Amino acid sequence: MSIAETFAKAKAENRSVLVGCMPAGFPTVDHSIEQMIAMHEAGCDVIEVELPYSDPVMDGPVIQKASDIALANGVRTRDTLKIIDAVSSAGATVVLMTYWNPIEKYGVDAFARDLAAAGATGLITPDLIPDEAAEWIAAADAHRIDRTFLVAPSSTDERIAMTLANCRGFVYATALMGVTGARKSVSSQAPELVQRIRAIDPEMPIGVGLGVGNGQQAAEVAAFADGVIVGSALIRCVLEADDRTSGLDNLRALSAELADGVRRR
Amino acid sequence: MSAPTLPDLAGHFGRYGGRFVPEALIKALDELDAAYRSAKQDPEFQAQFQDLLLNYAGVPSLLYRATRLSEALGAEILLKREDLNHTGAHKVRNVLGQALLAKRMGKPRVIAETGAGQHGVASATAAALLDLECVVYMGETDTQRQALNVARMRMLGATVVPVTNGSRTLKDALNEALRDWVSTVETTHYLLGTAAGPHPFPELVRDFVGGIGVEARAQCLEQLGRLPDAVAACVGGGSNAIGIFHAFVPDEGVRLYGFEAGGDGVETGRHAASITGGSVGVLHGNRTYLLQDDDGQTIESHSISAGLDYPGVGPEHAWLHDTGRAVYEPVTDAEAMAAFQLLCRTEGIIPAIESSHALAGAAKIAPRLREELGRTPTIVINLSGRGDKDVHTAGAYFGILDQVETVVPGENT
Repeated sequence: MSIAETFAKAKAENRSVLVGCMPAGFPTVDHSIEQMIAMHEAGCDVIEVELPYSDPVMDGPVIQKASDIALANGVRTRDTLKIIDAVSSAGATVVLMTYWNPIEKYGVDAFARDLAAAGATGLITPDLIPDEAAEWIAAADAHRIDRTFLVAPSSTDERIAMTLANCRGFVYATALMGVTGARKSVSSQAPELVQRIRAIDPEMPIGVGLGVGNGQQAAEVAAFADGVIVGSALIRCVLEADDRTSGLDNLRALSAELADGVRRR
Repeated sequence: MSAPTLPDLAGHFGRYGGRFVPEALIKALDELDAAYRSAKQDPEFQAQFQDLLLNYAGVPSLLYRATRLSEALGAEILLKREDLNHTGAHKVRNVLGQALLAKRMGKPRVIAETGAGQHGVASATAAALLDLECVVYMGETDTQRQALNVARMRMLGATVVPVTNGSRTLKDALNEALRDWVSTVETTHYLLGTAAGPHPFPELVRDFVGGIGVEARAQCLEQLGRLPDAVAACVGGGSNAIGIFHAFVPDEGVRLYGFEAGGDGVETGRHAASITGGSVGVLHGNRTYLLQDDDGQTIESHSISAGLDYPGVGPEHAWLHDTGRAVYEPVTDAEAMAAFQLLCRTEGIIPAIESSHALAGAAKIAPRLREELGRTPTIVINLSGRGDKDVHTAGAYFGILDQVETVVPGENT
């Protein structure tokens, strides 16, 4: 299912889309595939695969740790593409989130081509703003990859408009000024940001990320956003588990809880 | 050649520079850019900055004719004595400029990243002087290697946060400072330590340290009645180098040489030579040369000099390299340490190990220039910092620490 179809379907069901994030190759390539498929089966509408990067400045301690583990276990860019292929073949809608340098190194057009071939529908670029994205925009158009750029509470209306004009699929609204990681309470800045985005473009689906960790928070965010993006809390299920089986069990349980949350808007 | 007009309004030096950061930081960068542009035009700000440089930092630094070193190298060597500045390096110029800018923007808190601790100490100094809260991020490995600088920062009232992520060195400290900034941008100025990072940092840091070259150029004209044949500087992130190069860029007869940290030798893979041993990519907010693997993951750098031990380089250097206006070459640890010792013994000056790379580089280019010019070449070397902080490293390197190491606190009788 494309991103647009996924959001349209959720809208028809009067609920939000649940986007679950997991670093590729964490803790190993095979395990990450298993985890992502478990998340998909337990109710994540979109699997956001994060390409592990040595210098993830947008990410908090949990994703950093998971990325470090993946890199230490030798995950390569081509493994990430393989993982995307496996997870999308299992029926999941997959988007990739990656810092920019690995794509620039791979070759921007070649990456868009191979990403599309692997079955990903979109790319989220946390450190690539549209101002610097001419080459990516062209490559994404050529290979029909949706482009998700970020907006933040600090973004001016002018920048929100410019960013929306360059997004396709959905826009990623960072709910708070800070890095990724579950918070005790949902940011109060998020609803206002969503309102500002809607005032500029009522059609663009809005995914809200940063800080959501349980079903209750998912429901709170689903009340005003089209999509709820959860990363660190899911990753912690694996990081903190005593063994592989309980990690997967926890991951399924949290995914189901979040999926229920996005239906309780 | 139109370097003085670069970067463009979006911070590009040709294909280099720009802004590769989360959107959350763009507003702060725009505000910084606007504040900087207005400060640049404001005579009062400029007067304040110049006053601090003159009466606090001890600038302009001397341009010293190093007679005995000149004899040893077979070139007329002039040392730009940035080591004599307050806090012992060129970095004081940058921190005073940025701390004044933070005040002007009404931001009560500054954060900084530091490797060896020099930029951290300089930031803590400026913060103490201008009554700003100061938090310094430093890789845990570096806090252990540079315990004295950690103490210095704390004496000056700064909070030092050891960073335990990744390689626990400078690049991870920089990541952590960026993460802090994303969360605190309303009240905090990021006092970036080199002429790199997202626009406008490469430009504003260059301008704050640009006095080095302006002074050196005027001092050459005054002392020699002409410009030098070459200007040499060490390059890590590249702030001291761009500081001395910039004023000379339009002078086509003046050759510009940047000496990168070659570590064990570029061919060994253990080095910090981003231009001569790296490739083009994006790191820490700008497109530039960096050390990276085939997947674009940053590779850890290696240098005996903590100040040059960084896997990237400022974007203007990338551009000067591509256009051929400046030439970049690696200098190994061993070459730098030989030059360190030579300056100690010929001039009675203990240089920073960073600056020793520039000395070693000058020693390499002297015979080449002599042949090319058919006369004794005149070379200005940026002696960017003093070596007090490196006494332990150099003492260990030269094996002269035995007496010091036998002293165990508490066991003196």
